[in-house]
Amino acid sequence: MKSDIILLGHGSGGKLSHELLDDLIVPILSGIGQRDQNDATTLAQQQGRLAFTTDSYVVDPIFFPGGSIGDLAIHGTVNDLAMAGAMPLGISVGLIIEEGLAVSTLRTILEDMRVAAKKAGAKILTGDTKVVPRGKADKIFINTSGIGVMEHDLKISGSNAKVGDIILINGTIGDHGMAVMASREGLELESDISSDSAPLNSLVADLIRGVGSQLHTLRDPTRGGVATTLKEIAIQSEVEITLQEDSLPVNSTVAAACAILGLDPLFVANEGKLLAFIAPEAAEQALTIMHSHEFGKGAAIIGEVTSATKGKVRLQTAIGGLRAIEMLAGEQLPRIC
Amino acid sequence: MKHQDEYRDPGLARLQLQAISEAISGFDRNMVLMEVCGTHTMAIYQNGIRALLPEQIRLISGPGCPVCVTPVGYIDRAVALARRSDTIIATFGDMVRVPGSSTSLLHEQARGATIKIVYSPLDAVTLAENNPASDVVFLGVGFETTTPTIAGAILTAEKKHLKNFFVLCAHKSMPEPMTALAVDPDLQVDGYLCPAHVSVIIGANAYQPLVDRFRVPCVITGFEPLDVLQGVLMLARQVVAGEARVETQYRRAVKPDGNQRAREILYRVFESCDAQWRGLGDIPDSGLRLREEYSRYDAERALPVMVEPAVEHKGCLCGEILKGKLRPVDCPLFRTTCTPEDPVGACMVSSEGTCAAEYKYGDWGLGAGRRSLPDSSPQPPVPGPQPPE
Amino acid sequence: MCLGVPMQVKTIANEMAVCEIDGVRREASLMMIDDVAVGDYVLIHAGFAIEKIDEEEARLTLQTLRDALDMGLVPE
Repeated sequence: MKSDIILLGHGSGGKLSHELLDDLIVPILSGIGQRDQNDATTLAQQQGRLAFTTDSYVVDPIFFPGGSIGDLAIHGTVNDLAMAGAMPLGISVGLIIEEGLAVSTLRTILEDMRVAAKKAGAKILTGDTKVVPRGKADKIFINTSGIGVMEHDLKISGSNAKVGDIILINGTIGDHGMAVMASREGLELESDISSDSAPLNSLVADLIRGVGSQLHTLRDPTRGGVATTLKEIAIQSEVEITLQEDSLPVNSTVAAACAILGLDPLFVANEGKLLAFIAPEAAEQALTIMHSHEFGKGAAIIGEVTSATKGKVRLQTAIGGLRAIEMLAGEQLPRIC
Repeated sequence: MKHQDEYRDPGLARLQLQAISEAISGFDRNMVLMEVCGTHTMAIYQNGIRALLPEQIRLISGPGCPVCVTPVGYIDRAVALARRSDTIIATFGDMVRVPGSSTSLLHEQARGATIKIVYSPLDAVTLAENNPASDVVFLGVGFETTTPTIAGAILTAEKKHLKNFFVLCAHKSMPEPMTALAVDPDLQVDGYLCPAHVSVIIGANAYQPLVDRFRVPCVITGFEPLDVLQGVLMLARQVVAGEARVETQYRRAVKPDGNQRAREILYRVFESCDAQWRGLGDIPDSGLRLREEYSRYDAERALPVMVEPAVEHKGCLCGEILKGKLRPVDCPLFRTTCTPEDPVGACMVSSEGTCAAEYKYGDWGLGAGRRSLPDSSPQPPVPGPQPPE
Repeated sequence: MCLGVPMQVKTIANEMAVCEIDGVRREASLMMIDDVAVGDYVLIHAGFAIEKIDEEEARLTLQTLRDALDMGLVPE
């Protein structure tokens, strides 16, 4: 790469574009020197049902403790596939880059993506790059789409939660959202809070192998946090969910940062967590499986599906009280009251 | 977390609840206790305290939400300022979604205004320092917990000789609105849970005139769940015994005379004035405005703008909610026309507004159990203590 | 406007303190309180320390919480 910043020409399709692809993007993301000259990548026929997902990443700041927009973009799509019980077959990467972005920054992001894909066992198969004028995009936006395979017949779905199901989470809540918020300008909180960005496909594979059809629902509590995700499932499955506040795993530093800013960890985003709805007879086993996995050390049972009242989520508070959990109108904002 | 986790112990909570039950056994009517602080409103809902208290004790929310009692015209002026070129609005998150006559700051941000959420008014001063070509307007809303911090920020701006830092003031003070409530013959309140952090500044003695004039018990209560339960217990004991005293539950931070240094800073920059309280009308001496010598920091005077005429939404019953006369479920707009996504009044949008809290945390619709669905008609007035001759 | 969090004073310089709770650190102004020492717990609101936490009163409060069923009221 001759330039140290990304220029409009790098997205124009001409010589500069080829330079960007050949010198930087293709070698880092695909690990090979040669670029597939076709417009589409072909895949072999698969055994089993296919899953397909897409997500766009616009996080600001693009680098934060514990991760970057790069690994988020890979983990997020791998995880969406995993929540359907699918293992990743291939990922596409669409980059929209703001003119003027430092090449070194792009290189770091691409490296983060490569490492994340490798760790998840996912291949980056195709992609696209555009460059927009300064001010038309905030540094870089990334879209990733993923195709996955399900080598089983299980119906793992948000509409499949059953009364009596036990709800598990694989670790602490609110880490990602607070890591990003604490590094935003203006809130000036210093801490060692780190994003929990991680690929969950192998944990899901272990769960499927271990409890099979007793795994009813999986979902990752990203934007809106655990509360919003549970509310979605309660509505989809037409059930009522009861959460136990004193069972929720929360890192004490995250809890402190939330207390200072007036945020509720239940509504803060996570990027390496899943909620699993398991038939009661298999719950302990599922917990053991999670505890034996790298990304499940802090796993806990946090609630259950308590009745068939459609769409309600209630929280049993730490002092024994009861409160309803509803979806927020928009983003949770820091408050002083 | 030290000085926080200890006040969340479920075993101690059970003890308080048992003591509360014992305290009111034999009490022959309902007991109505009012809190006048948005943070109490939130704490009570977040911890599910109403579901735990005996049915006889009714906890109601008064005008403790400084954002809710701010007149619509204030938001309209903030919006007009936001529309000025080269202007940055710095604000606590609480203000951003509150509806004005036709729009909110959040909407204006989508239309191109620069709105920055800050944690401290000092951060707004830093914004002014780092953006010399822009006017930074901080939205000064709050009671005595917050107003001294804004005074501190203005003094800091003065030390740094900043010419581009302004405050749009709508500060209110306690306990004046409690007096305004207490003189209302329709209002029946047996006791007040007084705000913890306002009282840190103004001191426990500030409530003595209220107690002397209206013979109503006041207990200054912290915000942790055990603080609230202990505060309720202390009030219940006074009411049952027919006493009326100022008591301090939140002793670890509230002194009889409060924080004099904070008040010195406050009154160096601000002075008392009459204020308009949405829902309550004008209350004398219940506001704080910038002193003449600091008027150059007053956004209203220094940055004149055209403000649209204030429009109060028809049918909005925020006023009655703020006076504790209606519960959110008693308002026909609640959850139908007025929701957090589409609020009619600030009680629904402000993060600690009574209606927002009930919408998010209320135990309506939780069905079976001691807490049944509240009925939709207002409760008949309960006999309460007679005001003194 | 009342959210206040108890934090511990770690360092003091020119009326500003770095305060910490459970690993979260933030600067706060000490403009409103006198006589603060490193190690004290203070109540932080909007970037200012608004009061020192009285450890003895805190201890007494916890004691009365435990003794709730005694008919005695909170000691003056």
